[in-house]
Amino acid sequence: MLSNTDLGRQPAPAASAGVRPLAAMRGVVKSYGARRVLDGIDLDLREREHVAIIGPSGSGKTTILRLLIGLERPDAGDIVIDGEHLWFERRGGTVVPAGERHARRVRRAVGMVFQHFNLFPHMTALQNVREPIVQVLRLGREESEAQAADLLRQVGLDTHLHHRPAQLSGGQQQRVAIARSLALKPKIMLFDEVTSALDPELVGEVLRVVRELAHATNMSMVVVTHEITFAADIADRVLMFDAGKIVEDGPPAQVLKDPANPRTRQFLRAILER
Amino acid sequence: MTGLRWDWATAWAVLPDLLRGLSLTVEATVAGSIIALFLGLCWTIVRVGRIPVVSPAVQLLVEFLRGTPFLVQLYFLFYVLPTYGLTLPALQTGALGLGLYYSAYTSEVFRAGIEAVPAGQWESCLTLGLPLWRVWAGIVLPQAMRIAVPMLGNYVIVMFKETALLSTITVMELTAQATNAGFRTFRFVEPLTLVGLLYFLLSYPAARLVHALEHRGAVQH
Repeated sequence: MLSNTDLGRQPAPAASAGVRPLAAMRGVVKSYGARRVLDGIDLDLREREHVAIIGPSGSGKTTILRLLIGLERPDAGDIVIDGEHLWFERRGGTVVPAGERHARRVRRAVGMVFQHFNLFPHMTALQNVREPIVQVLRLGREESEAQAADLLRQVGLDTHLHHRPAQLSGGQQQRVAIARSLALKPKIMLFDEVTSALDPELVGEVLRVVRELAHATNMSMVVVTHEITFAADIADRVLMFDAGKIVEDGPPAQVLKDPANPRTRQFLRAILER
Repeated sequence: MTGLRWDWATAWAVLPDLLRGLSLTVEATVAGSIIALFLGLCWTIVRVGRIPVVSPAVQLLVEFLRGTPFLVQLYFLFYVLPTYGLTLPALQTGALGLGLYYSAYTSEVFRAGIEAVPAGQWESCLTLGLPLWRVWAGIVLPQAMRIAVPMLGNYVIVMFKETALLSTITVMELTAQATNAGFRTFRFVEPLTLVGLLYFLLSYPAARLVHALEHRGAVQH
């Protein structure tokens, strides 16, 4: 896993380089009942790029992650992951709505870490991380255990391999969840407010792991967070969401330090004064 | 006044027949439970799976099983099915009837257990790309079972007691043996007292076991 760790991260290609984006959204609309959560989102995620998403709750930040990994279907618009349409496939020369099998294959390129960890409570840390390695990569017992143990070592939990989630702190559980989502070597990692369910003193250990991944690997990342200094540290680009739209999009130095949009200014002031 | 005095000789004389009956009662309970658990799980998976036509049909079947008396279903299996050429021995018919009737109830228990598994578990499985059979067998059902097992245990105990109704379709289980012994010896107090004791001797430890399981489940959640 992460054989590119030692090489360190290479910079993301410039926006104008004309390279194919790793993930793209075009005109994506999503409503829950009468409430329009995403209102026509266009977004390109380039290879190795780290995007931080900030904004008030209910502004659609989490929904965009759920759409990128196919937990939700957009009402309108198109999502392309690594060159393939998530919800459309080509069958016999025509483009048709994709089946579950196609969506599952395309999703393989994406991993996600949730706010509430969502570990399997009846399995140990090692079994949790092994689960996708055995069930999806179809590796044997020894190899899968070695890989899972190695991933847990990378998040600093090699001493807790045989603990169940209930025996771990929130921060430890979240680190197991990160190790588990890395197991399939995704090209894109999505982090959905991964520290907001944690006790304050446990936030640091989780942010440290995410930082390490950001600096040491070549994965693309989309990070929804309220931790502004963390966002400034790991992101190449910050998106400000408000009412289902991207209202500001730029490098962290600009968006976080010198926001152009009054809504961004207001939001950052509210968060930093907390 | 013979009926009022406890007669040990009668008690000992009827005991072997009662124990034979008890063994049929246990057989019917075990077979009925297996059928009820298996069918109940099938009903639940079909209902939760929201398959067009099939799921509503199964839903209706479950409602029907719950909405009609067990005795009527039992009579139907025993007296009506043979007229269509389907004849099973009385014990098998009884176990099938018991299993079918209680599958409606175990299905509800399974459903409650499955619905208690947080949505985040399904979402984890989806984002990890786990195959559907594994999601059910490896992730959802083990967690649902922890919630369901005590309630299922209660239904097994209920079924154990309800096997008494199989006496109405000629199964010589515990209750049938007791009334039989009564008519044979003209003494009812000994066989019926012993029957009560035998039922209680099995159901009480079982109830304690279910209670212990409930507590274990509560601690782990």
